[in-house]
Amino acid sequence: MARSKDKGSQEVNAGSMADIAFLLLIFFLVTTQIATNKGLTLLLPPKQEEDEPIEIKQQERNLFKIQINSADRLLVEEEPLDDVTQIRDMVYDFVLNFGNPSDKKKGKNEVSDNDVYASLPASMKSYIGRNLGSSDSADGPGSAIISLKADRGSSYDIFISILDELNAAYNRIYGERVGLTDEEFRKLNRNDPRQKEMYDRARSGIPKAISIAEPSTVGG
Amino acid sequence: MSKFKKKSESSQDIPTAALPDIIFMLLFFFMVTTVLRETELKVEQNIPRAEQLVKLEKKKLVTYLYVGAPKDESLGSESRIQANDAFIGIEGIVQWVNQEKSKLSEVERDQITISLKVDEETKMGIIVDIQTELREANARKIMYAAPTKARDN
Repeated sequence: MARSKDKGSQEVNAGSMADIAFLLLIFFLVTTQIATNKGLTLLLPPKQEEDEPIEIKQQERNLFKIQINSADRLLVEEEPLDDVTQIRDMVYDFVLNFGNPSDKKKGKNEVSDNDVYASLPASMKSYIGRNLGSSDSADGPGSAIISLKADRGSSYDIFISILDELNAAYNRIYGERVGLTDEEFRKLNRNDPRQKEMYDRARSGIPKAISIAEPSTVGG
Repeated sequence: MSKFKKKSESSQDIPTAALPDIIFMLLFFFMVTTVLRETELKVEQNIPRAEQLVKLEKKKLVTYLYVGAPKDESLGSESRIQANDAFIGIEGIVQWVNQEKSKLSEVERDQITISLKVDEETKMGIIVDIQTELREANARKIMYAAPTKARDN
């Protein structure tokens, strides 16, 4: 008789343990924010020296001009544009336009425009051969520059969406060059030597030349 | 009757002894991944989304600059810059960058990346001013932080 009573009160009641743990769990669930370190990267030009000549004259055809006014309206290559997503294809065509490719070696890897052309896959070459090569557009990827000029009154929102499109265009070029989609190219892990080699191969000779021009303070 | 009742009683409830263990496991996962916010945001942060995001590998080299309209309405609706816990003016950026740089080891100082967390309502004027100051401070790597946008095609 007494024995059976003992048996019943032997264990600690652990039924509420789950509730306590749940409470803690919910607290951490609510306060957690998994840190995001993602964004659009940009390399600013070096500091301007006082006595250095500021203007380096670029050939007009090598500049792809995007201007935003204070009402967030776009002027792309001197023509108004409403649909931001068109910029992606325009920039793609602009950078890959081998209008007048040179043999001049450029950059730290010493790659000329003709070397870049030779390294492209056949599908890209035939696309360029059929649709591009206009002498009014960029000479080659080595000299193509995208100039983005935003008025002081334009919104950050539209600036980011344009920067996003520009990066999309470049990532597509880089990706296609090594046989990846733009998304796969973006996800390349540069700590892995094999993927790093692929990344470097995709980027050599095609600099991502996005220039954020100083806005004018008057007009808009 | 009573025989039947007894039998079914013994197998009635699900064993819940392992439940706390499972919950604890989840709990530890969240405890480990949690980063408690070290700075209190004083500006609005509605960051526009983007698609072509790049992940930064070295978290140590990243410092944040928050830009947006102040949450405290008595400070007006003009966008302000927040660094660490306080508002700073445009002219304070160079000093702030140098301060942040001195926290890093000597070899890493030039690799400092400034992550700009900017509210979508902000005007570009202040962004351009910040960029000019960052160039002045020789912190040329910047990143416009943005959450992922769902692809729509």
